Amino acid sequence: MQSVIELAGLSVRFGKREILKDLSVSLSGLTLGLLGPNGAGKSTLIQTLLGFCPVAKGSASVFGHDIRHHLRQIRAQIGYMPENDAFVGDMTAVTFVRMMGELSGLPARAALERAHEVLFYVGLGEARYRKLGTYSLGMKQMAKLAQALVHGPRLLILDEPTNGLDPSARQRMVRLIRDIRDSGRMYILLCSHLLRDVEETCEEVLILKQGQIVHYANLEKERSTNRRFVELETSGDGAGLAQALARLGCECTALGTGRYKMILPEGFDLREIYRAAADHDLPLRRVSYRRDTLEDIFLKAMEV
Amino acid sequence: MAVYKQTYRDYEGPRTAGWSRFLILMRYSYARVFQSRFLVLFLAMCTFYPIACAALIYLSHNSPALAMLKLQSNVLPPIDGQFFYVFCVVQGVLALLLTTFVGPNLVWPDLANGGLALYLSRPFSRAEYVAGKMTVLLVLLSAVTWVPGLLLYAIQASCAGWVWAKPNLWLAGSIVLGPLIWIFVLSLIALALSAWVKWRIAAGACVLGLHFVGAGFGEAINEILRTRKGSLINLGEVIHTVWGSLFDASRGTDLSLTQAWIVLGVVCSLCLILLARRVRAFEVVR
Repeated sequence: MQSVIELAGLSVRFGKREILKDLSVSLSGLTLGLLGPNGAGKSTLIQTLLGFCPVAKGSASVFGHDIRHHLRQIRAQIGYMPENDAFVGDMTAVTFVRMMGELSGLPARAALERAHEVLFYVGLGEARYRKLGTYSLGMKQMAKLAQALVHGPRLLILDEPTNGLDPSARQRMVRLIRDIRDSGRMYILLCSHLLRDVEETCEEVLILKQGQIVHYANLEKERSTNRRFVELETSGDGAGLAQALARLGCECTALGTGRYKMILPEGFDLREIYRAAADHDLPLRRVSYRRDTLEDIFLKAMEV
Repeated sequence: MAVYKQTYRDYEGPRTAGWSRFLILMRYSYARVFQSRFLVLFLAMCTFYPIACAALIYLSHNSPALAMLKLQSNVLPPIDGQFFYVFCVVQGVLALLLTTFVGPNLVWPDLANGGLALYLSRPFSRAEYVAGKMTVLLVLLSAVTWVPGLLLYAIQASCAGWVWAKPNLWLAGSIVLGPLIWIFVLSLIALALSAWVKWRIAAGACVLGLHFVGAGFGEAINEILRTRKGSLINLGEVIHTVWGSLFDASRGTDLSLTQAWIVLGVVCSLCLILLARRVRAFEVVR
């Protein structure tokens, strides 16, 4: 399978500061989440793929095209939704999206038709003749998504698409991203701080920290191999219970008086916990069972 | 796809040629520029002087009309290099005013709201962006300078015949080249200031200020320091020197042709440097 994005020892510098350090990875999943704390280099990586930042060392390619030599071909296949405000204030949404379509190579007539379609698709159909300067933040985000989709790109790059959106607008945006993903017609690279957005939409995650890749994972595989946890709270001293559960193969850690975190072994039956508590005549005040979430994966990666 | 079917649909139709895409910017810019009634009125005003010149050429070749107006033919100026030089000076001032009105509106709306990242994330380069925006001014200013100038030349040639046209063929070249140099300089200045100032009114004021304040300072330097080097910052005098040489007309400027070309070269280079620094998809904060 041809990789969508391939980085080989990619380094990017701004002056003396090295922003991206020797990144090497091959990404071929349909939806990829790009995660990392502020200043990790997520946006710089996106801008490098678009040819906005010069490569200091190494190479990068998108759909097999080297970013230093075939930028035009790469850009023709990319739809980019930037993080910050990006619009022409005194243009109507339909004119703006049409112009962007034409600049991507659509004939004028087709661009107009596509502009109307994508604006309806993102939910701006009724407001498409309004000037972009009068739009709310949520509407501007949708207009940015519309201009990224208008020319039917093969790779959609979304930089913080849910930034500044209220919960319902965020849900709408996530639903749209999932819908685009499910159409199977384009690859998506989603860059976000919000782990929930990535968890809801992406198959793979690439975690950056201080310009370096600290984790790359397929979320489905990661979830299936992740360890399971139980957090227990007892009303009395639960030392005996902890020992009993340790004998059954659990790793127990005391979190405070009567509070324990237990890592369960493969195939462990949760009813054993209740049996052991009954054997020790110990009332359980709280039992919460969970698997590693993306947050756990992220925090683990941040500890590296 | 009908708009009520709100599912994503791919685009599989034809694509336009890459080389012509800078003209798209020109088309959309014109749509915005011509929303102003003032501009349309001003463009109409720009035709007054060329029409008067055409009438003058016609009269100078029409003795009955002159007799009817009770005018002697020697009252009218000869149609020569000096005539077209004056034409260029008058239309050049109008071109400057037109640039002040149109130029600042071209780049800053894209920069003010970060729109440039969207242009440049497409198969569209910075050079094409600048070329697209510049074409707006090139076409508009051409319509008020060398195009009517060339029409006047054609009218004169048709009235005076081949006997006049053949020895004055060089004038046609000067009529095109002289204003084109001015248009190129004006367009670069307007785009650079529009990109730099990011505020339409201030950018317009800067375009005007560059000419009038430059001329004022130049004169002040000349008077105070008793030198003629102050004329180097007087763009009007610089271009008059170039035009004077192109039209072989008496120009009364203090600069040599070489100095004038050097000043124009420096101004254009500065504008290109400014544009290269400002027309970027994003700004790096160091």
